[in-house]
Amino acid sequence: MSSDTIAAPASAAAPTAPLAFLRAQGRWHWAEIAFWLATLLPFVLTPDYLVLASQVAISALFALSLDLILGFSGIVSLGHAAYFGVGAYTAGLLSVWGWGEPLTGLVVAGAVTGVVGYVTSFVIARFRHLALIMITLGFGLLLQEAANSAGWLTGGFNGLQGVHTWPIFGKFEFDLYGYTAYAYALAVLFLIFLVARRIIHSPFGLALRGIRENGTRMPAIGAPTHSHIRTIYTIAAIIAGIAGAILTQSTETVSLEALGFQRSADVLVMLIVGGTGKLYGGLIGAAVYMVARDQFSGLNPQYWYFWIGLLLIAVVMFLPNGILGGLAGIADFVKTKWTKTP
Amino acid sequence: MPPVFGVLFDGVAYGMLLFLMSVGLSVTLGMMNFVNLAHCSFAMLGGYVTVTLMNALHWPFFATLPAAFIAGAAASVVLERIFFRRFYNASELNQCVLTIGIVFVSVAAAAYIYGTDQQPMQLPSYLQGSITFLGLDFAIYRLFLIVAAALITILLVVTLEWTRFGAQVRAAVNNQRMARGLGIDVDTLFAITFALGGGLAGLGGGLAIAMLGLDPSFALTYLIYVLIVVSVGGLGSIAGSFVAAMLLGVADMAGKYYVPAFGSVLIYLVMLVVIMWRPSGLFGRR
Amino acid sequence: MQKLLCGVAAVALAWLGAGAARAQESVKIGMVSEYSGQFADTGAQIDHGVELYIKQHGATVAGRKIEIIRKDTGGIAPDLAKRLSQEVIVRDHADILGGFSLTPNALAAADVSAQAKKFMVVMNAATSIITEKSPYIARTSSTTPQLNYTLGQWAAKNGIKTIYTMVSDYGPGIDAETWFQKGFKDGGGQVIGSVRFPVANPDFSAFIQAAKDKTPDAIYIWIPGGAQPAAVGKALAERGIDPNKIKILGQDALASETALKSMGNIAVGMITVSDYDYNHQSPMNLAFVKAYNDEFHRNPDFFSIGGYDGAHLIYAALEKTGGKADGDSLIAAAKGLSWESPRGPIMIDPETRDIVQTVYIRRVEKVGNELRNVEIDAVPNVKDPAHGAKK
Repeated sequence: MSSDTIAAPASAAAPTAPLAFLRAQGRWHWAEIAFWLATLLPFVLTPDYLVLASQVAISALFALSLDLILGFSGIVSLGHAAYFGVGAYTAGLLSVWGWGEPLTGLVVAGAVTGVVGYVTSFVIARFRHLALIMITLGFGLLLQEAANSAGWLTGGFNGLQGVHTWPIFGKFEFDLYGYTAYAYALAVLFLIFLVARRIIHSPFGLALRGIRENGTRMPAIGAPTHSHIRTIYTIAAIIAGIAGAILTQSTETVSLEALGFQRSADVLVMLIVGGTGKLYGGLIGAAVYMVARDQFSGLNPQYWYFWIGLLLIAVVMFLPNGILGGLAGIADFVKTKWTKTP
Repeated sequence: MPPVFGVLFDGVAYGMLLFLMSVGLSVTLGMMNFVNLAHCSFAMLGGYVTVTLMNALHWPFFATLPAAFIAGAAASVVLERIFFRRFYNASELNQCVLTIGIVFVSVAAAAYIYGTDQQPMQLPSYLQGSITFLGLDFAIYRLFLIVAAALITILLVVTLEWTRFGAQVRAAVNNQRMARGLGIDVDTLFAITFALGGGLAGLGGGLAIAMLGLDPSFALTYLIYVLIVVSVGGLGSIAGSFVAAMLLGVADMAGKYYVPAFGSVLIYLVMLVVIMWRPSGLFGRR
Repeated sequence: MQKLLCGVAAVALAWLGAGAARAQESVKIGMVSEYSGQFADTGAQIDHGVELYIKQHGATVAGRKIEIIRKDTGGIAPDLAKRLSQEVIVRDHADILGGFSLTPNALAAADVSAQAKKFMVVMNAATSIITEKSPYIARTSSTTPQLNYTLGQWAAKNGIKTIYTMVSDYGPGIDAETWFQKGFKDGGGQVIGSVRFPVANPDFSAFIQAAKDKTPDAIYIWIPGGAQPAAVGKALAERGIDPNKIKILGQDALASETALKSMGNIAVGMITVSDYDYNHQSPMNLAFVKAYNDEFHRNPDFFSIGGYDGAHLIYAALEKTGGKADGDSLIAAAKGLSWESPRGPIMIDPETRDIVQTVYIRRVEKVGNELRNVEIDAVPNVKDPAHGAKK
């Protein structure tokens, strides 16, 4: 504890540099506040699109969980939907077995997914690069097959039938227009976002970024890489599970594609398009990708993925750090232009 | 003869096909670290070229195969010149997104031009049916596949081991910076290797139709199997791709025959076991 | 005071009337189907069927215009199907839901149909429980039990004593296996073995070999359309299955037009069951096939007829209700409706709202230069056995 006494007099005058850095980073930027206020706009401006908005919020939460492991810790996973799916099915089964209360359902789904995530994290922490990608892919595919075979539990191809979600707080029924769904998803997204933000702007978060930058160097400075990776992976799994549970509860349906490869690939694309390692990247990416897909699909039902493909190519060519990276670049450019030292 | 030989035979044929489709990706991934998820689009292109030439222009099957190869090679070169070379130093994730975008565009284009239905294709009659040998049926087309792929493999190995070009490729795969330092024109080398890999994929695609069918989703469906072969075999290694493809092909067939309940997952299980045991693949470096 | 109340009532009525008047103009049908992805061809054929019907009968029925709004699910995506159904009702003010080739999507949308009380016409999805999920659903395609139970019974009664069944290991395949085997056993036959293929299976030779080893009288194969029928054909050819010694039985997708083209002559002798084939020799069908070819340059299939008859059902129901498009009126009108379709006589069962139709047993034969499904038997008035309705 001697470091405390040594640091104490110094902190009175000037806080220790890393903590100051973290605290500065952790301050709320005006753009962030504007962003969250903007998420309330759909209620007023586009009430016909609330169901889509709720699914964007769910995907945003899912992308956020992937950002924690990919953007901040450098763990590339092509099977992250496994946790989304486990959470989705847990919430669904809970409802089918008689308990349809949504909030406790979220907690249970998160807990179950957390256990699965914790167990798998032991394997995940050992591998990097292509091996890690293929292992996560393999796990995901195996889980998909297992879920298909366990049709007695999961409902198999047809999906789980009989899911009925009770009204939230006994009052708010999940309606046809999506008001409750969007409010629910948005509230959970915001709360979990606050938690994730806190994690990232903490010494633990800093350590994760160190692991991402140079995983072999970190143990040399005493950081327990494997333990850190397991922790963040479990946390990310819990969040993904909660996202899955919200989907099941708000749509009262869950099927195999909740844990499928398509979903893992989609969320990865959303995150990259938005920008990795920036917390908001997943949220922006989810919004852009899903809205673009919805619009393209409406305009051209048969060949919308042609336009999505072009969008992806364009984003990667002109915005290599994702949309947020591009925006940050523009902001920097503007700043340097306007605050030129004479 | 016990049925296990029939299963082995089928597995080897399937493996040969996977090898042809994967070897290009393994080499380009190993040499330039460029994640080209659009690799199976070249295979799909080769397939469509074969089908079009056979159905619309009534070319004989064998004549379409070189055309499939050339189509795959040409497409690779064009894409490499326009897109890929800007991304050699980009992050792997960006490479993934770029090439996935290209896959989407190719799938949509195929659907637009050819429709989403299966492409019908009739093999020439001398390649159909099977011959019975020691009590087992051996499909003639699979025999043809094995022979063709074996010839191509020998050609590849000979090129790699005994030509100057091959030596340069091996050097570039082994240590790119050093190879450049020695004056080897790595960029041109890569373009040629890329073309070769794409061409082989195209050829594989043309040969695959008769066994695997062809529709616009081909580019995505077989991507997973190709990735599995490449990662199990080890990046940059032709021998690795070959062994991995054989292993996976046989495991798949054996699984389906002996344990049908696990038939489809055996490939994933084998991959997981190999990668967890040897993360760089069977013949990978690092 | 009275004037004020009248004024308020007038404004309220005008406001409601404006909304209603807007709706009086056209009846909107939200087609939630697969327009992209691996099921895109199915979706396209269903769509063509609907389009052709509208073209032939005009876009107005009972004084109201028919408008089609298309929503793409891209494949198996129940949450998306549900959202699209919700959106097409809430945002686009659709009165009727249609389309639905895939069971999971249909089941998810059924919730919306029940909640919003909208008439829903299932034009392809074949699982029995779909019609039970909402009281506003009617089906115009077929159900898996309806076809396969019939085939099973027919097979047992027509000289096939032992059978080996092979199906794709997912919902519809397992459904088919259950009901085929039930029908076969009910008919007095014996199932000597069975296997389930993995769903995305490109290569059947190992499975076919295992089946051949057991020397059954026949092999029953159920696979989804797409790449698989051709692959099965190749495997059959490679393994040297002699159609005179071992018969091959299956459902319509096994002998679809593309499948037959890819399989070639090995397919001759294959016996399949279906509710429709373009080769059906009735004057109404010959006209239908010609019109379809003129419009779309290809032959119709069982997907197309689901769409065509689905459109007919909507038109007939609207005519019966005099243009009222709310769920209760339409479903009441739809129950018991019967008509002559290009496939034969069909009826919407008043109790189950499912389709009752003639089931055809066909054999693949060479007609001229082509392979065609030639009808060798027909079982009329088949109800879906899973709903407990025995003939």
